[in-house]
Amino acid sequence: MKGRPENLSPEVEARPVILEIEGLTHYFDSLRAVHDFSVTIKEGELVGLIGPNGAGKTTVFNLITGVYRPTAGSIRYEGAQLVGLPSHEIIQMGIARTFQNIRLFANLTVLDNVLIAYHPHAGYGLADSIFRSRRYREREKAMIERSQEFLEIFGLADRQNDIAGSLPYGLQRRLEIARALATQPRLLLLDEPAAGMNPQEIDQLMELIHFIRDRFQLTIFLVEHRMRLVMNICEWITVMDFGEIIARGKPEEVRGNPQVIEAYLGRQAIR
Amino acid sequence: MRQLLRNTNFTFILGAGLVFILVQALISVGVLNAYWQGIIFWGAAITMVSLGLNLIYGFNGQFSLGQFGFYAIGAYASADITYRWVRNDPSALVVVIFGSVLALVFMLGVSAFLRRFYGVATLAKFLFHFLAAVLGFFLAVRFVNPAIGKSVYTALNALPSGLSQQIVFFLALVGGATLAGIISYLFGIPVLELGSDYFGIATLGFTIIVKVLLDNTDTLLPFPEMKGARGMVGIPKWTTWPWVFFTFMAVVLVMRNLLHSSTGRAILSVREDERAAELVGIDTASQKILAFVIGSVFAGLAGGIRAHDMAFLHPTMFGFLPSFNPLIIIVFGGLGSMTGTIITGFFWIFLLEGLLRLYLPEGFETWRFVVYPLVLLLMMLLRPQGLMGRYEIAFLRRPLPPPRVKESPPAPKPIPEAGEVAV
Repeated sequence: MKGRPENLSPEVEARPVILEIEGLTHYFDSLRAVHDFSVTIKEGELVGLIGPNGAGKTTVFNLITGVYRPTAGSIRYEGAQLVGLPSHEIIQMGIARTFQNIRLFANLTVLDNVLIAYHPHAGYGLADSIFRSRRYREREKAMIERSQEFLEIFGLADRQNDIAGSLPYGLQRRLEIARALATQPRLLLLDEPAAGMNPQEIDQLMELIHFIRDRFQLTIFLVEHRMRLVMNICEWITVMDFGEIIARGKPEEVRGNPQVIEAYLGRQAIR
Repeated sequence: MRQLLRNTNFTFILGAGLVFILVQALISVGVLNAYWQGIIFWGAAITMVSLGLNLIYGFNGQFSLGQFGFYAIGAYASADITYRWVRNDPSALVVVIFGSVLALVFMLGVSAFLRRFYGVATLAKFLFHFLAAVLGFFLAVRFVNPAIGKSVYTALNALPSGLSQQIVFFLALVGGATLAGIISYLFGIPVLELGSDYFGIATLGFTIIVKVLLDNTDTLLPFPEMKGARGMVGIPKWTTWPWVFFTFMAVVLVMRNLLHSSTGRAILSVREDERAAELVGIDTASQKILAFVIGSVFAGLAGGIRAHDMAFLHPTMFGFLPSFNPLIIIVFGGLGSMTGTIITGFFWIFLLEGLLRLYLPEGFETWRFVVYPLVLLLMMLLRPQGLMGRYEIAFLRRPLPPPRVKESPPAPKPIPEAGEVAV
C-alpha cells in the first residue's frame, strides 16, 4: 500500500485506514516546504515522523489540522477529505494535536484549560447560560467532573486551580496532552513532545504515551527529534529531509539507512 | 443569617437592593437633584458601554474603537421611536421592532444556508447577510407598517397611559439595542477576520461614519426629525432611576452569566491564544462575533437610556474625542475586570462632570484635558494592569470548583510525578 513500509505484519495491515495523506505539497511563496508527501496510517498504530530541523515535519501537522491549506494533495481522515475545512471542524472530527512550543491558555487555570477543550461537547447554549437553566447547571457539573477525571489521570488533580502558566515545564507538557485528549480524539498528533526534556523525563513520557494509547484507544502520529523516544516507541517511521520523504521503515531499518544518516550527520559521517 | 451573608449571591442582591432604595429615597427627598441624577444616569450608561467594550477587548482580546457608534445608533433609534410615538406616529416603533425580527429571521436562514458550503468568501457572506437584513427592514417599511401600524397604536393606547408609555419605552430600548446588534453583526463579519489592530482601525472608521451620517440625518438620510447637526430635540424624558437600575443590572447579570459559562471560557481562550483555541476545536470566528455583538447590544441599550435622560441628542456627543471614554475607563479599571469597569465608569463621569462643575476652581475646565491624560499616563506607568487588574468581587468572580471527592480508590497512577524532576 502507498505511504507505508512493505514489511509490516499482516495483522496490522488488515486494520482499517484512519489517516491517508497523498501527494501533499505545500509552498510558502516560492519556498518548497513539503513535496509529494504520502503516508497511510491504520487504526491503533504509533507512527513517527523524523527529520532534521527545517525538514517540514511541523508543516505536515499544520496542513493536517488546517492551519495552512496545502498547495496540492489530499488528506483523508476516516475517508473524509480534510483539505479546505477550518481547523476547529477538523479537531471536532476527532483529530487532536499538541504544539512544539507549548501553547496553553497561560493566564487561565489548569481546569479551565481542559474545560475549554470540552466546549464543543458542552451541550448547552447561550440562553441556558444567561438564564442559568437547569441544563446549564447539570451539564456544567458533568463537564467539570469529566475534566477533573482527566486531570487525575495526568497527576494534575491537586493543581486544578493553579494558573496554567505557573506550572513547571514537565507538567505544562502533560496538561497540553490532557487538553488535547479532552477534545475526544481518535487520532493524536504529537509535535515534539520530548522537546526540552532530560532522558529521565523522556522515559516517563514514553510510559505516558503508551498508557494514553491503550486507555483512550488512540492512533498516534508523532513528530520527534530525539532518537531515544522515536526508536523505542514507534512501530514504524517516516523520515523527511528538505520537504521530501527519504526513507520509511521499522526503527532498526531506518537507523541503518545511509540516506538517513547523511541527512542527520552530513556526508562525511558515511565515508 | 450568618450563612446567608456568606452566600455571595444573597449579599450581592442585598447590596444592590440597598443601593437602589438609597438612591430612590435620596431622589424622593430631593437631595439628589436633577443634576446629580443626570450624572448617575450618565455614569450608568457609559459603564454599560464600557462593560460591552471590556467584553470585546478585555475578555475576547479584540481591540474595538467602534462602541460609540453603536451607542449612537441605540440612542438615535430608540429616541426616534419614542419621539414619533408621542406625536401619534407608531411607524418607527413598528418598523424597528418588526424589521429587526424579520432581519434576524432572514439572517438566521442565510447563515444556516451558507453553513452547507465550505470556504464561502467573507465578502459574499457579508453581502448575503446584508441583503437579508435590508430585505427585512424593507418589508417592515413597505408592508408591515401600513398593514398593522394603526392597530398597534390603538391596541397600545387602549392600555392605561402610564403602562403604555412604559411598554413603548421598553420596546424602544430593546429596538435600539437590537438594531445596534444587527449592525455590529454585519460589520463584524468582514472586519473581525482582520487581526485585532486592524479591527481597531476599522471600528474607529465605523464611529466616524456614524458621526458623519448623524450630522446629515436630515439631508443624507430620510429622518428630518433628527435635525442633523442642529441636534434632535423633543425626545420624551422617560428615563427614571428604576429604568437605569434594572437595565444596568440586566447588563451586569447577562455579562456575568455569559462569562461563567462554557461560551465564556471559549471567549477567554480566544484572547489567550487564538490559534491554540482553534486547535482544541473552538470556532474562534463565532466567538469573536458573539462577543462583539453582545458588547454592541449593551452599547445600544445604554444609548437608549442616555437619550431619554438627556431628552436631546447631538452628533458631537458621539464624536471622536468622547468615543475614547469607554477605552480609558476599561484600561483604567483593568482589562478583564467587570468590577474595575463599574467603579471607574461612574468615577470617570463624576470626574468629567460632577467634580469639575461643583468643586474645582473656575479656570480648571481648560486644564482638565491636560490633567486627565497626565493622570492616565501616571496610572499606566505605576499600575499598568489597571486599578483592579483582573480582580472581581465574589459575585462576579468565576467560581473555582472544589477538588473532586474520590468515592472509590483512585485508578492506579501509572505515571510517576514528573513535576519535581522537571525543575
